Amino acid sequence: MKFEKFLQMQPYSLEKKEKEEILTERLIELTEMHRVNCLEYANMLRSIDYDRKEIRSYKDLPFLPVRLFKELSLKSIPQKEVVKTMTSSGTSGQAVSKIYLDKITSLNQQKTMVKIVSSFTGSSRMPMIILDCPSVIKNRQMFSARGAGILGFSIFGAKKIYAFDDDMKLDVDELRKFLNQYRGQTIFMFGFTFMVWQHFYKELLRLKNEGITFDFSNGVLIHGGGWKKLISEAVSPEEYHNRLKDVCGLDNIHDYYGMVEQTGCIYMQCECGHLHASIFSDVIMRRPEDFSECEIGEKGIIQVVSTIPESYPGHSLITEDEGILLGEDDCLCGRKGKYFKITGRLKDAEIRGCSDTYATKFI
Amino acid sequence: MQQNSYNEILNKLIFLVGDVETIAAMGSLKTNQPFDKEIVEYLNDVSRILMKNPASRAYPDVITLAFWMRKGSVEKIRDKFYRDDGNVHLGRGLAFHIAPSNVPVNYAYSMITGLLTGNANIVRIPSKDFPQITIINKAIEQGFKTHPEVKPYICLVRYEKDFEINDYLSSVADVRVIWGGDKTIAEIRKSSLQPRSGEITFADRFSLAVINSDYYLGLDNVDHVAENFYNDTYMTDQNACTSPRLVVWTGNKKAEAKKVFWSTLHKFVRKKYIFRPIQGINKMTSAFLFAVEEPNAKIEPHEDNYIIRIRVPDLKDGLMEYKDNSGYFFEYDCDDILELREICNSKQCQTIGYIGNAEEILPLVRSGIKGIDRIVPVGKTMDFEFIWDGYNLYERLTRIVKVN
Repeated sequence: MKFEKFLQMQPYSLEKKEKEEILTERLIELTEMHRVNCLEYANMLRSIDYDRKEIRSYKDLPFLPVRLFKELSLKSIPQKEVVKTMTSSGTSGQAVSKIYLDKITSLNQQKTMVKIVSSFTGSSRMPMIILDCPSVIKNRQMFSARGAGILGFSIFGAKKIYAFDDDMKLDVDELRKFLNQYRGQTIFMFGFTFMVWQHFYKELLRLKNEGITFDFSNGVLIHGGGWKKLISEAVSPEEYHNRLKDVCGLDNIHDYYGMVEQTGCIYMQCECGHLHASIFSDVIMRRPEDFSECEIGEKGIIQVVSTIPESYPGHSLITEDEGILLGEDDCLCGRKGKYFKITGRLKDAEIRGCSDTYATKFI
Repeated sequence: MQQNSYNEILNKLIFLVGDVETIAAMGSLKTNQPFDKEIVEYLNDVSRILMKNPASRAYPDVITLAFWMRKGSVEKIRDKFYRDDGNVHLGRGLAFHIAPSNVPVNYAYSMITGLLTGNANIVRIPSKDFPQITIINKAIEQGFKTHPEVKPYICLVRYEKDFEINDYLSSVADVRVIWGGDKTIAEIRKSSLQPRSGEITFADRFSLAVINSDYYLGLDNVDHVAENFYNDTYMTDQNACTSPRLVVWTGNKKAEAKKVFWSTLHKFVRKKYIFRPIQGINKMTSAFLFAVEEPNAKIEPHEDNYIIRIRVPDLKDGLMEYKDNSGYFFEYDCDDILELREICNSKQCQTIGYIGNAEEILPLVRSGIKGIDRIVPVGKTMDFEFIWDGYNLYERLTRIVKVN
């Protein structure tokens, strides 16, 4: 099944049964394709005696731990066809995921994202404020997740400005000019959850206390990247939304869940506050002890499948995130498919034993 | 000036037993003969205190320790190691021990070994607050009431990464005992010892089990075997140097024995082991990384993530670079014990736990290999002895005054 077929459908139009059928067909094909084209992947499948004939549903397909993309260079294309190598944003010294893209996969990521996002924002391009600094995308050779996110979402912007300078300071004058120029139009805003809070919200709050206010009631904000850093500040998603609304009138706010290993297939937050799986991908919550599928309402480790990846074997992955499936096909927002929430990341196990597990802390 | 800085250094220590004065006085302390009567009586008292304390009951490792240090057991050790050869045997003087950070009771074994061989002991104990440490230290203190003469010989401290302290304690030590892995050893070795001082290092090691399938299937109580194997592995998250990472099957009924062995163990693990969510993913990652390297490896089907087994087609040096813990086993069908030569020739190879007959394994050792320091029954791999990791601790911690 060609990926184009997915692009012809509305992103939240399929009910459970139909979606399972097309996902199963496409994902079995991708599994086969990567088995043939990626030696490492083939070896993994062989080690578990993978047999295509035993697969009844995409839920039966093997999944790879995302960490493998940090340990190995997994690709299903010759090096010369690599047009982009994306990396996860890791702090220095940490291993980063390396994701190899060819022209098709890269293009399909972009098309998918357009389909998903424009179903929320409308299809026309809008004036765009990037809530980040310009230097993030300077190095085009290695795409960090942050840079890739910005570039990915930039296709929705007609005229674009960066809200921060390279010291992450809000550029008040430019912002004012921009808002005046596009008064009355919908303004598209994009940034990373924590940075929006730290460098946008907090600065607006400070300015407001000085009597300087901004009106972003025409804005639509999409933000992602996770809540880890905000948990330490005890900011809940509800409070995040409410405080932003209070400070500048911004009310159209969508969080999203996504990862560099499956770029394109993002999970957008709807008006009811739920993350949604589109027809291009799916989530399966799994029990840690045996990887069996969780019930609705039961917390589990998140497996993600994506119909996009053709250049690397990343179409079925188990993440280190935990989440809860909230329901399927029946969200009050009207979108079909699964909806869920993220509850956090798996903790490292503190392992006993007399090896050097904690040497660095101990010495 | 010198005096000042010395005080400053000692003041950085957190004392759990003893104090700055204890350390300052240790240099001029009388060195004991091994198995000194007072010391043996003192340890017997501490053992009794531990046994009597209801809090100990929750910790089998504390009970095992108490059992090991009681008089009857110590006398057996003495009979094995002490020889009245006309010479005078003495402790080396001051022993500085660095205990592993994540095994609760190991520090006590190290300290008691130092005491029994006649030494004064400064022990850096785990920074983590294990309840076992509180229980044991209380008993150590309580024992001083009836044996005040032992008090100057024990000092238990905690400190964060600190070269100055390492330097100082190493400079006064007559023997240094470092537990806990290659990185720790490398760090501590940056602090030099006196020319005559000795050192015992317990480096990163790996261990394996050899199970004779015919012998195993002939046993009455396979549940007991499962419990023993559990204690050797899961009890320490399979991450002690003594925990088998590889299970080698010998004999004629391998397939049948495996089935019984793993399913019995599985029941036990499900009941006892506290599984942490990340462990399934960790083990899966390790298994796939190995499968990439070794195309003929097979990850055995598993109904859950408690036990992950990887069948390996041959035993090559380097296999252990792919080891993992918390219930992750390589498995190998062996027809000739000498097939283990390559992997056991690694100097990292420490313990073979066996089910069957130790004789079966001896040809491997006699073939002249560089690894393997212990061959002990499954269930006993963690049992501490004065011969440990290939060292005779009695010899290393004493000196002999030759009398002609």
